[in-house]
Amino acid sequence: MTTALLNQQIEDVYRKESRRVLATLLRLLGDFQLAEEALQDAFTVALKQWPSDGVPANPRAWLVSTGRFKAIDGLRRQSRFVHGVDELADQLEADTPDFVAFADDDIEDDRLRLIFTCCHPALAEDSRVALTLREVCGLTTEEIASAFLSRPSTIAQRIVRAKAKIRDANIPYQIPSAAELPERINAVLQVLYLMYNEGYSASSGENVTRADLSAEAIRLAELVLDLNSDSTADTEIAGLLALMLLQESRRAARSDAQGELVLMADQDRRLWNRDFIEKGLALVRRALGDGRYGPYSIQAAIAAIHAESSSPDTTDWHEIVGLYEVLLRVNANPVIALNRAVAVGMRDGAAAGARAVDEIYDSGVLADYHLLHAARADFQRQLGLHQAALTAYETAIGYAQQLPEIRFLEKRIAEMRAKLAR
Amino acid sequence: MKYLCLVYGDEAKMAEMNDAECMSCVGGLIDSGHFIAGEALQPVETATTLRIRNGKVSYTDGPFAETKEQLAGFYLLEARDLNEALDKAAKIPPARIGSIEVRPIRELQPD
Repeated sequence: MTTALLNQQIEDVYRKESRRVLATLLRLLGDFQLAEEALQDAFTVALKQWPSDGVPANPRAWLVSTGRFKAIDGLRRQSRFVHGVDELADQLEADTPDFVAFADDDIEDDRLRLIFTCCHPALAEDSRVALTLREVCGLTTEEIASAFLSRPSTIAQRIVRAKAKIRDANIPYQIPSAAELPERINAVLQVLYLMYNEGYSASSGENVTRADLSAEAIRLAELVLDLNSDSTADTEIAGLLALMLLQESRRAARSDAQGELVLMADQDRRLWNRDFIEKGLALVRRALGDGRYGPYSIQAAIAAIHAESSSPDTTDWHEIVGLYEVLLRVNANPVIALNRAVAVGMRDGAAAGARAVDEIYDSGVLADYHLLHAARADFQRQLGLHQAALTAYETAIGYAQQLPEIRFLEKRIAEMRAKLAR
Repeated sequence: MKYLCLVYGDEAKMAEMNDAECMSCVGGLIDSGHFIAGEALQPVETATTLRIRNGKVSYTDGPFAETKEQLAGFYLLEARDLNEALDKAAKIPPARIGSIEVRPIRELQPD
């Protein structure tokens, strides 16, 4: 085998397995820093040994075993200088797991432990997201920083602080008990949805979406649902997973061949992924069926109505407005109010939509949210108020950060200018 | 009469203090029969503050920061980990009207 091919293979193993190996090492070693060093050491050995010995049959087990051995070895060498380290090494060595017998279930449990630890409510909310993306998904601090419009040093500091708190306050590395589960699941779902949204409509940058981040969020939600399918917390997990799948089903239709944004009303619905829709619809039925549904299940129900409609004209906007009103009672959030206002416009016409959006605009909330101004502009455009629409589109573009959205708004601005010039 | 002596100070300066000196202070108080219990704390970064309002527990990463409320008592708990400590702390009645800051104990290092 050529070196290039082997390096490629090792890289593939790293991409596929490194987070799982880290999760297991963390359980075995009980310390983030130790586990991360062990992971790096294991891959260093792999780079040296695999070219001559070949890639082992079970690379994951090999990496866990090698990483653990390296960590114990490192502790032994430190023990001459640091008090108490030898005992730790003894303790780790005494508990020798059977790496080959490692079932996939155990590995997935380790991943779940890691998710719950990274999303612990005693950690600050922005730290939870950063830590999950770093440790569970393996994103670099630079990638996380660019996703959240932050500086890499800020993200790095958040992660370091969170890990220090996990260590010093003794946040356990475990799956919560049944009693703690509902609350702890909520914190996890919040992180997964933030992660999904970042991947579905990246808040800045060249691409409309970052499919990998969304796919990761869906995969983690499936895992969390799988491992909690018999608990009382499963309704909202199913609801969130359904919501993400139904949004994901529209991904291919959301941008055209040039990478330009396509609004839902203009999307070619034949491009919607039927597989995702079927899975999503089944989960919505399950979530709404048991009466314990919350905000994610309601949002999924709204997405389900879109998924089942062949065009905007045949969409049941009465039902959608009603569901947004239920949602507003659970969670009085101005972005939901804006979505409701847009749905009112679809149900009752542009004039009613404009009035509903203006109510939010006049209250002064969401003043720096580009979609509020874009929604106002759009109703004004439909009503033939081209000057007002132009002004609102120009305000919207000032707050937009994502290039495809900016280009879309530029196109609208040019259209409005052309109308006014006539 | 029992008295609680609360230790306040700038954490950076505190970190420069000699633990051995603190331990010998404790030793002196034990010998004279005055010592009941005392511990050093981990820095405020390790703190979690919990409150119960409308029967719902909420957590904040960080120390208690409300200047209008005053220190009213303390519980020294033995718990397996932070989860157990938070679970037990949520049972302290004033959690419903005030706040409970949960902070891990730091072992003094003699050398």
